[in-house]
Amino acid sequence: MADETERGLESSLRRKLLMGMAAIPAIALMPKFALGAGPATAEVNTTGLAVTDDEVTVGILHSITGTMAISETGSVQAEKLAIEQINAAGGVLGRKIKFIQEDGASDWPTFAEKAKKLLVNDKCASVMGCWTSASRKAVLPVFEQYNGMLYYPTFYEGLEQSKNVIYTGQEATQQIIAGLDWVNKEKSAKTFYLLGSDYIWPRTSNKIARKHIENHLEGGEVVGEEYFPLGHTQFNSVINKIKLKKPDVIYAIIVGGSNVAFYKQLKAAGIDMSKQTLLTISVTEDEIDGIGGDNIAGAYACMKYFQSLDNENNKEFVTEFKKMWGEKTVIGDVTQAAYLGPFLWKLAVEKAGSFDVDKVAAASPGIEFTKAPEGYVKIHENHHLWSKTRVGLAQADGQYKVVFETADLVEPDPFPEGYQ
Amino acid sequence: MILSRKELLGLTILATLILVILPLSLDIFRLNLVGKYLTYAFVALGLVLCWGYGGILSLGQGIFFGLGGYCMAMFLKLEASSVENTKIQSTPGIPDFMDWNQITALPWFWEPFRSLPLTLILVILVPVALAFILGFAMFTRRVGGTYFAIITQAVAAILTILIVGQQGYTGGINGITDLRTLLGWDIRTDNAKLILYFVNGLLLIGCLLLAFFVKHSKFGRILVAMRDKEDRVRFSGYNVSNFKIFVFCLAAAISGIGGAMFALQVGFMSPSFVGIVPSIEMVIYTAVGGRLSILGAVYGTLLVNWAKTSFSETFPELWLLGLGGLFIAVVLAFPNGLAGIYGSYIEPAIKRFLRKKSDLMPSGTLPQGSPAE
Repeated sequence: MADETERGLESSLRRKLLMGMAAIPAIALMPKFALGAGPATAEVNTTGLAVTDDEVTVGILHSITGTMAISETGSVQAEKLAIEQINAAGGVLGRKIKFIQEDGASDWPTFAEKAKKLLVNDKCASVMGCWTSASRKAVLPVFEQYNGMLYYPTFYEGLEQSKNVIYTGQEATQQIIAGLDWVNKEKSAKTFYLLGSDYIWPRTSNKIARKHIENHLEGGEVVGEEYFPLGHTQFNSVINKIKLKKPDVIYAIIVGGSNVAFYKQLKAAGIDMSKQTLLTISVTEDEIDGIGGDNIAGAYACMKYFQSLDNENNKEFVTEFKKMWGEKTVIGDVTQAAYLGPFLWKLAVEKAGSFDVDKVAAASPGIEFTKAPEGYVKIHENHHLWSKTRVGLAQADGQYKVVFETADLVEPDPFPEGYQ
Repeated sequence: MILSRKELLGLTILATLILVILPLSLDIFRLNLVGKYLTYAFVALGLVLCWGYGGILSLGQGIFFGLGGYCMAMFLKLEASSVENTKIQSTPGIPDFMDWNQITALPWFWEPFRSLPLTLILVILVPVALAFILGFAMFTRRVGGTYFAIITQAVAAILTILIVGQQGYTGGINGITDLRTLLGWDIRTDNAKLILYFVNGLLLIGCLLLAFFVKHSKFGRILVAMRDKEDRVRFSGYNVSNFKIFVFCLAAAISGIGGAMFALQVGFMSPSFVGIVPSIEMVIYTAVGGRLSILGAVYGTLLVNWAKTSFSETFPELWLLGLGGLFIAVVLAFPNGLAGIYGSYIEPAIKRFLRKKSDLMPSGTLPQGSPAE
C-alpha cells in the first residue's frame, strides 16, 4: 500500500509539474480565447483558487464511512453525475471540473478538518458537501474564515444564512407549513402528535409545526410531543400513548436507523396507516429502502422532490442516474438537492464571469435553473432556493405517489417571524 | 534526578521533534493538525499512568477530555456571544444555540465561565472532581478490572446522552461551535495557531516531566506493585484505594488540559469526543505507543492520527480498512507497541553500535538502562 501511495503522490506531483510547465508557453503563446477555451485564468481567478487554463478543482465532502454513509452516498453519487454532465457539455468557463473527494466519516470534527484541507491545501473553488446540521455547523466557521463556497443539500432547520453557503435543500418552513395546511384541509386534521429524534433539526421543526398548528390551523391542537435519542429502537411506549390519545395525525421526524424500528413497531401494534394519518418530513425513498415499502405504505411524506415526479427533466435525471449507479439505486429528496449544487455553481460562475468566491456569492441571488429534476428553481437573496412543496403517499414498492403540490414556488424564510 | 539518562535523551528528541522539526517542516495547516493530535496525546499519557502503571483500564477517558474541552469552549463561546455579536437574536448576549431553544437567560452554571482564571481552574477541577467521585465510589468498594472499565464506559455514554439531550444548555449534538477570540485575541489566525501549537507542545512536555516524576517517585513504585499484586500491597499497610483514586484523578487532570487545548486549537467542541468510541480510540493510541512507555504514548497518538488523516485523504473509500489493518498488525506483531519495537530491535542495534565505538575508545561510558520496570 505504501508503494502505491508513493507512486500516487509522485504521479500527481509530476502531473502538477507538467501542467505548470505546459501553462508557461500556453500563457505566452495563446491568444485569449483560443481553441474555444474560456477567458484567461488570470482574469477569472484573482484569489489564487485551483483554476488552470483547462481545469477547475472543486471538493466533495460527505461521509462515506460511519453511520451517515448510508444517507450521504446518494448525495455523492448525484454530485458526481452532475459534474460529469457539466464536463460533457463543455465544463465551466471552458474548464473541466476536477473533483477532490474527502471523507467526513460521520464525525463533525473530521468534517471541519477536511473542509479546511479542501480550502487551504487544495484551493477548491467550491465544495459540495455536508448532510447533518452538526457537520454544517462544524464547517461553517471554516468556510467563513477561508472564504470558501459550500453547496449544502439537506433540508434543515433554518436559523442560518451565510454568504459562503448556498442551501439547495429546503429550510424548515418550506417543508412544514404547506404540508400541515394540506393535511388540515384534506383530512380535516385537528389534533397532532409530534415525534422526533433528539437533535436540533427535529426540535426546531416541531417548534415551527407547533406554532403553526396552534396559531394558524383552526382548532389545531398538539396532544403530545416526544423525542428519542439518535439510534433509539424501542417505540412501544410512545405507540401505546398514541393509541390512547388517538391524534388525527402522527407527525414524525425520526431519522436514520430508528425509522426501521419505528415503522415496524407501528405496524406490529396494529396501527393501520389507511385509517391513521401519519405525516413525516424525514423519510425519503432512501430510508424506505431500509424500512421496507410494506411497513410504511400509506404514510404521507412532505418533501420537495420524489423520484416518481412526472416531468421531462426528472425522467432524464432518473435514467441518467440509474445508468451511472445501477438500476437498483433509489433517489430521495436530498439526492436531488445535491444534484443541483454543481449546476447552480456553474450558472453563478458564468454569470459572474469569474471563479472568485466573492463574485460567485454576489452573482448567486436570482440564478435560475430550469433543468432541475424538481422543476424550476431560483436562488433567493438569502441564499436558499425557491421551490415547491409536495406531499407524497408511500407505496408498497418503496416509491411515493405525489398527491399534492403547491401551485407556486414557496419562498424560503430561514428566520420566520412568529415561529421562533 | 527525575530522569534517567536514557529518558532524558528520549525526551530531548521528542521535544526537538515537536518544537523544532515539525514547525520547520510543516505548513501551518498540517501543523495545526499535529497540534490537534497532540491534544489527544495528553489523554494517552494519562492512560499510560493509570492503565500501564496503575493497572486501571478506563474506557472513559473521553469524559475528562470532553469536560476540559467544554469548560474552555464555554468560556470562548461566552466571549463570542457578546451583545454586539448577537444583535439579531431574540435575547442578545447569550450563545446562539440557547436562543434557538427559547432560553432567555444564561443558566447559572455558565456564569463562572465569564472569567478566564476561573475557567482555567475549572478545566482541571471539573474532570478531577468527577474522577474523584467515580474513583471514590469504585475503588473504596474494591471494584476493579473489567467492571471498572464497563462502568467508565457507561458514564461516557451517560454524559454523551446528557449533553445531546440538554441541547438548550450544551449545544446538543452540534456542540459548541464558532469560537473566535480569547480575551480579544483572534484564535483563528495563522499566527495564533502557531502560538497555540507551541503552548500546547510546552504543556505536553510539562505533563511528560510530571509523568516521569510520578514514575520514579515512591508513589510510582507502589502503583506498579499494586498493579502486579494488589493484595500484598494492601497487606503491607498501604491504602490501595487512595493511590488508585489519586492516579485516576491525575490522569483526568492531564486529559482535561488536553481537552482545553483542543477547544482552543480546533475552535469547537462537540459530544463526539466524550462518548465511547473516542474513549476507546484513545486507549488504542496508548496501546499502539506501548502502554508502559510515557514517550510512546505521544508517538502512538501521532502515528495513529497521521495514518488516519493520510489514509483517508489518499483512499477516501478504503481508509478504515487500512487503519484496521494497522491496528491488527501492531497488536499481532508488536504487543508492546512502538515502545516494544524500539526496545527489542532498535535499542540493541544502537547498543551494539555504541559498544563497537567504546571498544575503540575505552574511556567512553555505556548508556545506562533505566531501573527495571
